[in-house]
Amino acid sequence: MPSNSIQLDDNGKLRHFLSIEGLNQTILNEILDTADSFTSVTDRTIKKVPILRGKTVANLFFETSTRTRSTFELAEQRLSADILSLNVTTSATVKGESLLDTLQNLEAMQIDMFVIRHQNSGSAHFFAQHVRPGVSVLNAGDGQHEHPTQAMLDMYTIRHHKQDFSSLRVAIVGDILHSRVARSQIHALNLLNTAEIRVIAPRTLLPMDTESLGVSVYEDLEQGLEGVDVIIMLRLQKERMRGALLPSEKEYFRKFGLSQERLKLAKPDAIVMHPGPANRGVEIESSVMDGNQSVILQQVGFGISVRMAVMSMIVGQSGLQSGGDA
Amino acid sequence: MSLQIMNGQVVNPLEMTVVKTDLFLQDGKIVGLGSAPKSFKAEQTIDAADHWVLPGLIDCQARLRDPGEPEKANIESETKAAIENGITSLCIPPDTQPPIDNSATVELIHHRNEMFGHQAQVYPIGALTRGLGGEQLSNMASLRANGCIAFSNAKVPLANNLVQRRAMDYAGGQHSLVIIQPLDHDLLANGCAHEGAVATRLGLPAIPEAAETAALAKDIELVAQTGARTHFGQLSSARSVDMVRRAKAKGLPITADCAIHQLFLTDHDIGNFDSNMFTIPPLRSQYDRDALREGVADGTIDCLCSDHQPHEVDAKLKPFPSAEPGISGLDTLLPLALRLVEEDVLPLADLIAKLTLNPTTIMGLPGGRIGIDEVADLIIVDPDSHWVCSASNFVSKGKNTPFEGWDFHGSLTHTLVAGNVVYEAR
Repeated sequence: MPSNSIQLDDNGKLRHFLSIEGLNQTILNEILDTADSFTSVTDRTIKKVPILRGKTVANLFFETSTRTRSTFELAEQRLSADILSLNVTTSATVKGESLLDTLQNLEAMQIDMFVIRHQNSGSAHFFAQHVRPGVSVLNAGDGQHEHPTQAMLDMYTIRHHKQDFSSLRVAIVGDILHSRVARSQIHALNLLNTAEIRVIAPRTLLPMDTESLGVSVYEDLEQGLEGVDVIIMLRLQKERMRGALLPSEKEYFRKFGLSQERLKLAKPDAIVMHPGPANRGVEIESSVMDGNQSVILQQVGFGISVRMAVMSMIVGQSGLQSGGDA
Repeated sequence: MSLQIMNGQVVNPLEMTVVKTDLFLQDGKIVGLGSAPKSFKAEQTIDAADHWVLPGLIDCQARLRDPGEPEKANIESETKAAIENGITSLCIPPDTQPPIDNSATVELIHHRNEMFGHQAQVYPIGALTRGLGGEQLSNMASLRANGCIAFSNAKVPLANNLVQRRAMDYAGGQHSLVIIQPLDHDLLANGCAHEGAVATRLGLPAIPEAAETAALAKDIELVAQTGARTHFGQLSSARSVDMVRRAKAKGLPITADCAIHQLFLTDHDIGNFDSNMFTIPPLRSQYDRDALREGVADGTIDCLCSDHQPHEVDAKLKPFPSAEPGISGLDTLLPLALRLVEEDVLPLADLIAKLTLNPTTIMGLPGGRIGIDEVADLIIVDPDSHWVCSASNFVSKGKNTPFEGWDFHGSLTHTLVAGNVVYEAR
């Protein structure tokens, strides 16, 4: 796989974090274990460690984000980094500056790490190919390609509740075609030897040859939910109605919305996840979202530890052994 | 001026032969084959022993970016690239800026080629509709009188079927060739990669085969309706090859070409979002690539072209979906073509016909043949020379190639235009 080389250094350590594809089980487990050690930091009264002290992290969001961006910022703060957050939708690139010029101008300000979200698939790889040696790129979502930190916090959430992936059936429900989250999750679940990965969606929201990703495809929600341990609901964007991909939100909910009734088809101890932001009453019923099988809010909290883990591994430190308390 | 080329293996696409013989050239024409005419006295002799001698290549689809996009290329740079790569004639699509929809632009192109060009013939293809707008027919008769060899709407398919039908009727009525690149813009949408496992994995907006075949089916029906002689350019999919094969079998006046890169690359070559692999139509599957090769071998595909689209560096220095599509192809047309012989896709003479005789016959151009009184546009190739492709050695101003590092056999030693040596490899 070509994506192997660019993210890992010669010793197989993380240099950039661009996609789950191209990583290996060892690194994924190391991220989860490292995140464990940071979850305790998050629970302390003083929530800081000095791992990124003296380092500058730039958050470049070419697309809007609430959750991802704020959890990245919190993670950076808790690692004691200096932070520069740019809302690029309103800055220089709108005035015609090329993407590469924006990046290089920021590099000139001695940035050590870029957290980048961009609407083009492959943009994270593009940036990683063009930054100076020693500068790292973290993908916070590139087009419809990958959103690897989201997938890792989802894996963390699953492991928190279920431990062993090799006996799990996981269902991912919704707009697979446009979802970078789904792609990253599928790669991660496969690397962690998940017993069965199902994707459930109407045909218009499935990409060509979906099975080639290593999943089984269901076009019927009720069949797909049968006996699963984990249900991951994806957000349905309203634009999809305009693009003639779906007739209406109402019909989508009727066919693919997660209701209490349907949840009963899964295992009794199944957990319900959603990367957010959720559309209540479109892909998920309010009572399920707020119900006792939902771990959706937990996911957000775990997002901080997982992002701390990835960033600290990139600067060469796994967990707290060399960081210590601040 | 008289010149003789001795001892070469002469590739004759008309007779489909490769024969060791001598060629005698005088006043821009071939005057002797095998033996010199009486009183012929050579002023210059080229010994072509162990070399191939063939007609200069005719590239039936190459963009020179002139007028309009000097940052990408111009007539001067690209005719030089053509000549130094064995291409003696270039057919250029009408999507220049401004488009080739008026006689002034045609004259400008001819004028620039006379002033700055490097001896390659440049044949403009006129716009089928004004401004390529798809609404009003262009002045085809005037354009033709000024030297447009055919009419096309380039990459801008006609949205209105009635306009397309009338454009084909009008062009057909004056016995002009219509060139169509079949493309349905609704199905193309914002796609940038073949709809298949690779686009799925990389999350790249996908282009289904139907973006080509749905348009092609309609276009073939309009050929059946109008009888307009039509050439389909840059086919990319197996289903298209099949459709053209069947339409030809029915006797419709149809010919077709494909871009040479489609015979070597597939969507898997996109690798890690390599923007040099971004083309429209997209690089498709292995299955499509094999079907295109079959179409080339059995004659369904008549011509091979470079589909040359030179770019400035910045055009490709972007994330894949934002990059500009296209390949700088003049520098790799001949070596890739020769590779088809090496890979047993088709014999040498058949291959050369697709780059010489067939395009000149279809487009109604001089050249492309070896025979008495034919124009002496010839090239000489050393089939045994071995070299490695590097964009830094490209003559074209566009360095955007997906073939960096490829090993090639066979290199050009001479290009002759109208009996004169215009390029000699050092």
